[in-house]
Formats: sequence, structure tokens, C-alpha cells
Amino acid sequence: MGDVVTMDDLTNDEIISILDSAERLLPVAKGDCLLPVLEGKVLANMFFENSTRTRMSFETAMKRLGGSVLNFSSVGTSVAKGETLYDTMKMIEGYADVAAIRHPRQGAAQYSADAVEIPILNAGDGAGNHPTQTLLDLFTIRQAHGSLEGLNVVLVGDLRYGRTVHSLSHALIRFGASLTLISPSTLRMPEEIVSDLRAHGAGINETDSLSDQIADADVIYMTRIQKERFPDEDEYAKVAGIYKLSVSDLAGAKEGMAVMHPLPRVDEIDPSVDSTDHARYFQQAFNGVPTRMALLCRSLGVDVPKKVK
Amino acid sequence: MAEMRRVTAIRNGTVIDHIPAGHALQVIQMLHIDMTRSTPVSLVMNVPSDKLGRKDVLKIEDRELNQEQLDRLALIAPAASIAIIRNHALAEKLRVELADDMVNVARCSFSNCITKNAREPLPQRLSVISQDPLEVRCYYCGRGQDLEEVINNII
Repeated sequence: MGDVVTMDDLTNDEIISILDSAERLLPVAKGDCLLPVLEGKVLANMFFENSTRTRMSFETAMKRLGGSVLNFSSVGTSVAKGETLYDTMKMIEGYADVAAIRHPRQGAAQYSADAVEIPILNAGDGAGNHPTQTLLDLFTIRQAHGSLEGLNVVLVGDLRYGRTVHSLSHALIRFGASLTLISPSTLRMPEEIVSDLRAHGAGINETDSLSDQIADADVIYMTRIQKERFPDEDEYAKVAGIYKLSVSDLAGAKEGMAVMHPLPRVDEIDPSVDSTDHARYFQQAFNGVPTRMALLCRSLGVDVPKKVK
Repeated sequence: MAEMRRVTAIRNGTVIDHIPAGHALQVIQMLHIDMTRSTPVSLVMNVPSDKLGRKDVLKIEDRELNQEQLDRLALIAPAASIAIIRNHALAEKLRVELADDMVNVARCSFSNCITKNAREPLPQRLSVISQDPLEVRCYYCGRGQDLEEVINNII
């Protein structure tokens, strides 16, 4: 099956193979050449929660490969009338060859994968997992450093609710990265994830201060403190804007250090960083296209040609 | 036997021994024993035990539980020993086994899990990640569940 619900659904070799395919697909992703290998195939974009980059890059990825896309939104459809996820997915199974799903409830992707035969790609389930984001993050890190092995990656911000950092940290330790987790005490990485990471023998350092970690970092991965996840405004106000990176903070950084962000940003990264060589976040957003192209091909059992031109 | 017999021996049925003290009522709940039916059920709670210190014992008359039903108990009574009694004699001895995948034993406790919608038709599933120390997670959302949460969410 071609389901990807968590990063555990992919071996390290499969991850590398997807990144290699994505690399070869770069000219197709940019629209410089045509490769209609998914012609006649249909992707269902099942977004039960808002999304900009993930939904659009899935759509672009499918269309660049000659496939077509059904865009579903839960507003004004049968979901609003009380349809179960099971029924919705059973219905879409008849209309599409593969589905990407984003849902506010955790576990929705695994549930969908069990409900239907078509491959399910998890595009974010509650505060759970977001493996396609992880693939594009890994792709971006590999572009910056040439490899994934043995890097010092600093994850900053909302590590409690941020599903991107949950999936990413799992994947990074499998490639021997050491992780520095920086968050306010209220937004620490969940216990079960930290215990999983340690069980893999990963070197993990948890702290709440960013400034003294910049010099040793190979990657600084900033995240937004998500206002919508806080039960009350006062708690949010205590931690809002706590981590900000501006060009002056990067004076002591290593030359090839990559600053990344899953976007949208609020004020975590000052626009002054955008013009430095460290800034990788817009490239990162673009990388969603080739990595999702590679993933769609894998899920639909289509080999990416060894030479793309 | 030195210890006084607290309830009479049964002619036919199932005896579940070595239930951790205080958990016999949850065992009844987990086995879906209908207490409004006429089958007699004897309950002994908090009796001394060499193995557990204190234990509960349950005797269910005229009903033979099968392995699948008994395995539901593995989370709360892993050391339980079961005797199937036929015509006053021990016919079979059984033990509970903790499966890796516990289907429809307990609901996930996490308020934002997809299975919280009671109308969703797929079964409730808990994955046993490790037996000692016991670590259980929801198969769908991955959230860890402690024993108390599992007990509070028995189906």
C-alpha cells in the first residue's frame, strides 16, 4: 500500500529514494519541462481544515505530472450535514485514485487509511503528524548540507502543538541528527515523543534560550506559536513573540547554516533575514511541489524516470 | 485447604482467580456479563493471596468464557488464572494473553481523537507498545493511555 500516515510508514531507504526522485523532478516542478506520467489519475484533496501551502502544492504537484485534482472542503458539503469521515472517504474512494487528507482531529489519516483501499497521504491530523511536510523539510535540509547525517538541528517555538516538528524530529534522529529543542516550558515537546526520540539513542538537549544555540547550529527550524491552540488569551500573551530571529542574531552563525520555517510566520523571523544566504523558507515552501510529486508517483506505483528532461 | 471456602464450588462455569484486588467489578464490566440475567455470579474481593498479596476471585455459573473474551482482561488482570468447570471437575485451565492490538476493549481517552465521534463505524483499537512497563497507545491518534484511563473507558 502507498499510505503515508506517519514517517514510520517509510524506511530510511524509501525516504532517500523519494528525495532522489524529487531532485530529478525539480525541472518538472518548476514547469521547465513536461512529464505527464500521472495523466488520467485523480487526486482528491480532502481538506477538513484550512491550508494554503499544503493544499496548493499537492494540486500543483498533481497537475505538473498531468493528473487532475478534486478539491474538497468541509464547508457547505455533506460533512456539515453530519456525515462521518468513514462515509466521506468511502464516497471519495469511488472518485479518486489517491487522497491527501487534512483533518482537525488526530488519527483521522490512519482512520481513513483503514476505511478505504486507495492510498492515503496524511496532510496533517490535529496536533499529530504531518509527514509530507517532513519530506519537504528533509529535502530542503539535504539541499543545504548535501546530506542528512549527523547534523545539529535546532527546533524552536511551539513544540507541543506543532505537528511539523513532531514528524520532523522522528525522521531526523533516524538519520543521526542531534536535536536541540527550544520552547517555553508550557510548549515543550510531548513526553511520549521525547521518550521515543531518546529510545532511538538520539542526543537531545532541551532548553528555553535560543541565543546561545545559534553558533553551533546547522539548521534553525523556527515555528509559529499558534494562537488558535491556546485556551485563553493571557496564556498566549505570555509566550507570544518570545523567539525572534533577526539578521543581527546571525552574526556568529556557521556559514552554511539554514534558517527554515514551515510558514506562515508572524514575527519569528524578521524580514531582514530574507535576503541572507541562511534564509531557506521560501525555497522550502516551493520544495513541497517536487517532494509531493515524488510521493504521488510512489503511491500510484509510477516510477520516476532516471533521466527527466 | 487451610483457607476457609468463602463461596461454594460451582458445578459448571468459569472461575477467574488472581484478579488484582478491587478490580472484580471492572472484570464483570469488561466481560459484558449481563447482571440482570439469571446466571449466578459470585464475587470475592480482597482475600489474601500468596501471589498478589490480596486478590479478587469471580465465579460465573453456567457460562464458559472463551479465550478471546478472556484476553480482554489482559490489561487489568494480566496474572489471572482461569478454570473452566464441568460437572464440578476442572475441565480446562486458561491464562489471559495480552495482544498487541486490542480491538473494542476500551475507547481512546483523548478528546480530539477521530474515534470520539460515536457514529464513526470502525472499531476502537489500542496498540500495546510494551508489556513491561505497560505502554498503551491509541492505534489511530497515537496518544498514550495510562491504566486508569483505559479502565475509565472500557467498552
